[in-house]
Amino acid sequence: MVHFGNLKPKKGKIHIEKDMCKGCAFCVEYCPKDVLELSEEFNVKGYHPPVVIKEDDCLYCQLCETICPEFAIFVTLKEEEEEGEKGESRP
Amino acid sequence: MKKDNPTKKQNPITDLLRMDRIPHIWCPGCGIGTVLTSFAEALRKSEIDLDKVAVLSGIGCTGRVAGYVKMDSIHTTHGRAVPVATGVKLANPEMKVVVFSGDGDISGIGGNHFIHAARRNMDIMIICVNNFNYAMTGGQVAATTPKGANASTAPYGNFEYSFNLPYLAEASGATYVARWTALHLRRVTKSIQEALGKRGFSFIEVITPCVTLYARRNRLGDGLNLLKYYHEKSEIQHGADTRTVDISYQGKLIVGKFVDIDKPTFLDCMNEHLGKVLGDKYQPYGVNND
Repeated sequence: MVHFGNLKPKKGKIHIEKDMCKGCAFCVEYCPKDVLELSEEFNVKGYHPPVVIKEDDCLYCQLCETICPEFAIFVTLKEEEEEGEKGESRP
Repeated sequence: MKKDNPTKKQNPITDLLRMDRIPHIWCPGCGIGTVLTSFAEALRKSEIDLDKVAVLSGIGCTGRVAGYVKMDSIHTTHGRAVPVATGVKLANPEMKVVVFSGDGDISGIGGNHFIHAARRNMDIMIICVNNFNYAMTGGQVAATTPKGANASTAPYGNFEYSFNLPYLAEASGATYVARWTALHLRRVTKSIQEALGKRGFSFIEVITPCVTLYARRNRLGDGLNLLKYYHEKSEIQHGADTRTVDISYQGKLIVGKFVDIDKPTFLDCMNEHLGKVLGDKYQPYGVNND
């Protein structure tokens, strides 16, 4: 693993508006970290919306947000939670 | 439907869309939504004043964009988005005028308007979403349908030559010409950002999948299959000679920024010429004197 001092990769939180999805699977296919997967359940339109399967792998690249033709998915930056590393401050 | 909850996080694009009209009518797997997201992101990144942006479109699937964006927008008649954009620009030269329309609208029905706006170097920007057919009316042959492709008015395949839009735009006098596919979302965003900051006629062609008509009639699979085709067959060649960027049926797609030059716009030429001929009698039009 490559280390860049105290810098840590950004973490994203994915929000999915399930009922807006039309199941094109662009986000699932093109997520560089394979965070998403098509779910088994149906939404109100009868499509299979994506679900987050590897939440911790999301690096906040926002590719899913841009590629989604339905504006149904977006990513917010997950703030650094207190994980007992308060001593390390970013330069 | 859910009520708006102020504490709930919202997709940032909702600030730029008329959310009462969403969900849009585009088919599952259609790429126009992707291009619209890229456009919205470009607007956000360039921090342009949204009151100074006008979005115009003609008729067609892509023509719906004007109804979905929360900015000044006009949904014009078929093919006439470019002349209306010319009018908007001349009436209020401060506006950044964006024509967001399809290939049938811009190169087919409105082809003549397109080449003349490029010839005059009107300061407008055109985003041409190319899906290779007239999708809203049922998949008829358009000016961009590649040779050999099947369409509803060409059941045995299309035998006409197709337009090479970047070549047409450059030959007519455009100052910025780029072509991307819907998959190149970051590059589309960057291209739109560049074009927004540029004076002169900018033309960006974005190739998008048409799942319900073009892909189905040609048995090319769904949107994902078409994106994979773009992934495999597209090749970035910045500054490529536009004569060589013709698209053949399921052939190589040469994408990139082909032309980026600076040239006086229509209003510059008008002010310069009339100022020379009429002297002090003439007041320059559309020039910021602040």
